[in-house]
Amino acid sequence: MDAILLQLLNGLDKGSAYALIALGLTLIFGTLGVVNFAHGAIFMIGAFCAVTLSKIFSLSHLASEPSGTDFLGKPKYDDVLYIKEWFGESAGAWMLDWSVPLSILFAIPVMIAIGFIMERGLIKHFYKRPHADQILVTFGLAIVLQEVIKYFYGANPIPTAAPEAFRGSFDFGVLLGFDPNAIIYPYWRLIYFAFSAVIIGGVFAFLQFTTFGMVVRAGMADRETVGLLGINIDKRFTIMFGIAAAVAGLAGVMYAPINSPNYHMGMDFLVLSFVVVVVGGMGSLPGAVLAGFLLGILESFASMNEVKNILPGIDQIIIYVVAIIILLTRPRGLMGRKGVMEE
Amino acid sequence: MLGLNKKDLGVLLLVALLAMAAPILLNPFPADSGMAQFNAGYPDLMQRFVIFGIFAIGYNILFGLTGYLSFGHAAFLGVGSYSAVWMMKLLSMNVIPAILLSVIVAGLFSVVIGYVSLRRSGIYFSILTLAFAQMSFNLAYSVLTPITNGETGLQISLSDPRILDGANAPSYPNLFGAQMNSAATIDVGSWSFTFSVGYYLCALLMLVAFYISIRIFRSPFGLMLRAVKSNQQRMNYTGLNTKPYTLAAFVISGMYAGLAGGLLAAMDPLAGAERMQWTASGEVVLMTILGGAGTLLGPVLGAGFIKYFENIFSKINDNVLHGWFSFMPDGIEDFIITIIHPFVGKGWHLTLGLLFMLVVIFLPGGLVEGGQRIGRLFRRKKADTNTPDGTKTPAE
Amino acid sequence: MNILEVKNVNKRFGGLQALGNVNLNVAENTVHAIIGPNGAGKSTLLNCLVGKLIPDTGSVMFDGRSVLGRKPYEINQMGISRVFQTPEIFGDLSVQENMLIPCFAKRDGAFALNGYGSVGSQRDVIDKAEEMLVEMKLADKRHMHAASMSRGDKRRLEIAMCLAQDPRLLLLDEPTAGMARADTNNTIDLLKQIKEERDITIAIIEHDMHVVFSLAERITVLAQGTPLVEDTPDNIKGHPKVREAYLGESQDAA
Repeated sequence: MDAILLQLLNGLDKGSAYALIALGLTLIFGTLGVVNFAHGAIFMIGAFCAVTLSKIFSLSHLASEPSGTDFLGKPKYDDVLYIKEWFGESAGAWMLDWSVPLSILFAIPVMIAIGFIMERGLIKHFYKRPHADQILVTFGLAIVLQEVIKYFYGANPIPTAAPEAFRGSFDFGVLLGFDPNAIIYPYWRLIYFAFSAVIIGGVFAFLQFTTFGMVVRAGMADRETVGLLGINIDKRFTIMFGIAAAVAGLAGVMYAPINSPNYHMGMDFLVLSFVVVVVGGMGSLPGAVLAGFLLGILESFASMNEVKNILPGIDQIIIYVVAIIILLTRPRGLMGRKGVMEE
Repeated sequence: MLGLNKKDLGVLLLVALLAMAAPILLNPFPADSGMAQFNAGYPDLMQRFVIFGIFAIGYNILFGLTGYLSFGHAAFLGVGSYSAVWMMKLLSMNVIPAILLSVIVAGLFSVVIGYVSLRRSGIYFSILTLAFAQMSFNLAYSVLTPITNGETGLQISLSDPRILDGANAPSYPNLFGAQMNSAATIDVGSWSFTFSVGYYLCALLMLVAFYISIRIFRSPFGLMLRAVKSNQQRMNYTGLNTKPYTLAAFVISGMYAGLAGGLLAAMDPLAGAERMQWTASGEVVLMTILGGAGTLLGPVLGAGFIKYFENIFSKINDNVLHGWFSFMPDGIEDFIITIIHPFVGKGWHLTLGLLFMLVVIFLPGGLVEGGQRIGRLFRRKKADTNTPDGTKTPAE
Repeated sequence: MNILEVKNVNKRFGGLQALGNVNLNVAENTVHAIIGPNGAGKSTLLNCLVGKLIPDTGSVMFDGRSVLGRKPYEINQMGISRVFQTPEIFGDLSVQENMLIPCFAKRDGAFALNGYGSVGSQRDVIDKAEEMLVEMKLADKRHMHAASMSRGDKRRLEIAMCLAQDPRLLLLDEPTAGMARADTNNTIDLLKQIKEERDITIAIIEHDMHVVFSLAERITVLAQGTPLVEDTPDNIKGHPKVREAYLGESQDAA
């Protein structure tokens, strides 16, 4: 029982990441009809926003006054962090510690800008081209973005720490009456899950309750008719692209402490996120979220030793197997609508 | 001749001639000159040209003709390699059973994956093939370690049974005793040309593969595949069942990939899971579209182009760059090198990605279309100025 | 003798009864028109005949055999060819290649792994295609890219492709929709000529009364998914129910 609960929790954070990326993919696909293979790269860039900010905060210079002498008797100069100089000792230390959450503020404008540039500069010209061309050009873009990051940040993963206060783990077991340490769960993963829930809720509320969202939803259902109403749907779709980029980017920012960001994390997540989108149903936002969590949790159960003893290696392929079965039995996915990408 | 029309026969003969003379043609620079680094006439690289040529020729039968964009063909390449290595471990170091098995196994594999994936079309198909390939990669990397030797990759060893080989059989892949890595080097003046057994085996098989692909292109079957790409609705209402056509194309391209994988293993007897990664699938897509999807010659050109520049670009480092631009004033030299640096050496993938985008954006028809455009431009100019110079032909 | 017999066909889409108890008999070697206002279920009926849709109940018999549950390509191989509202041709291929495909389908069936001999060596098929191209006055456009032809020529090519299969029943879905008057008249003449020259049954769905009355020998009027009347053109012209159905439509349109 406790093991099952633990796996359920473990599945949540990965599921959250899948859900957030798949949500953006679906938004872009549903509104613009574009299959964006570069969406994983956006997630990766988000994670590197966190890396960048923490690097900026750790910029330092040597102190002008020596703090003592080293073992050779030469004067020793300490590193002084710029932020501590500018914002004071304690505020600076706090900012450095909280660099990942602070990166959210930094990442939102960056990601929206990247989204706008991508849409206006590239994707826009591919609306009328075949899907194969869209896939190919965004695939090329994904490689470029990934290689650029690799060039600046190197090939090795860069550990990025969560704030001190969240580094511990929470003992769920005690709360639920199990043995201590039976179910321990890192605070940050809980936060990640809560954060994802907020973002997902935000996106849904935005689409549900604002006029803008209403038009976008109508556009997802029937683009031509909405266009005929004289509404400038293209402009709204550009904004949606920016929002989708921001969602994926934020998913990446917050994911940085869970898995040290590396340049190919986007590709790794992208393949799975596509599977998630297809399982959920192309063009269905609730489907994307549902399938994201479902597959995240499923993957985490498959990695239990009890399961692996029966079916070795099942954790490596479970998502694909499920996706293939679903595509064959329910071609539209769990919650796909009729008529979306049928032919 | 050979059941081909004049034009196709010409293309085939041209490719045959180029392939046979490649060890000479690709070594235009004397061995001790500074330009020798641009030579491509050494066996290892030439083998890659033709092997990936085979891969792309096969992929083109699927993608170029039917328009089905598979992102999983590297899986068949990998399966081919594993099968070939196993054959060399168990049966014989002779490459013939190894290559045969790799084609057969890849074919069977592609029947299964194709049957499932082809139940959907468009992006669903692309994503399904991607999922299958990634699944195969994961399996090869972890669970199937007894078969694939996981991360290390599958290798041959002296303790392998090799039941058909006698005590004196060569311990390296060979064709009835002629080892794949054996080569004759002929020096002509300061030029040095290497003729290797492995390369000529690959080149011959590539020519066979190319010939079969021409036959398919010109056959009623090929016409039907192009019809699939053009209008499936019309096909269905013309009494044609599209599924077996697409599946046949998928399996044929899978077998080509298996052949390529088998040859890779025959040239260098090891097989690793990274050959199945989806970036490898992306590479063959790029070769095909860069050369020109749906054209005969395109995939061969694309494969050669990519493998050549991969090789050259990877070799260029800052020292080489400094050598090139040393004639410039220091400041400008450093500036230019700083700009070029990210794209060469380890930055080859960045160049590859950019190339990918540029080709899709500006030249969807690939190099072949580009060549035709230039050709038309020349012809028009000629017609405009009405010069009597009729012997000059546009560069290919 | 009836070549096509539709009995008690019902088709529902959610809450909408698209077809209700449709009975339709098409006699061999006639031109039978199905008319009706928008939303009368004409296209739904057609789709039920060619295997795109499967009726909820009822039966569709072609030449004494049921077509229900068969795939479109199987139904085509039984002898039903369909012409679409917007011409469905192989736009990426040449006109000649377009013509070859139905000829191969006729000769080799739904699938043939005919990958070795070249297209050019199959004289029987080439000749048959050439014959059709000449007959349909498309021979001079042989090497043209099919997508670059005029709409009238595309329509002509599509009809030619259907005829190349020697179908027993030719279904036309508003073949003159969106055409200029001259093109419409050409199409009427073409269809008349086809009817005269071969043993073929033509079923046509049409909006344009001019086309219907120039061609049809029998007319079925469909309204709200149910056949109102079936009669000869002369009797249909004066039929009060038909006037009512069409008057209703013209008011909607106004």
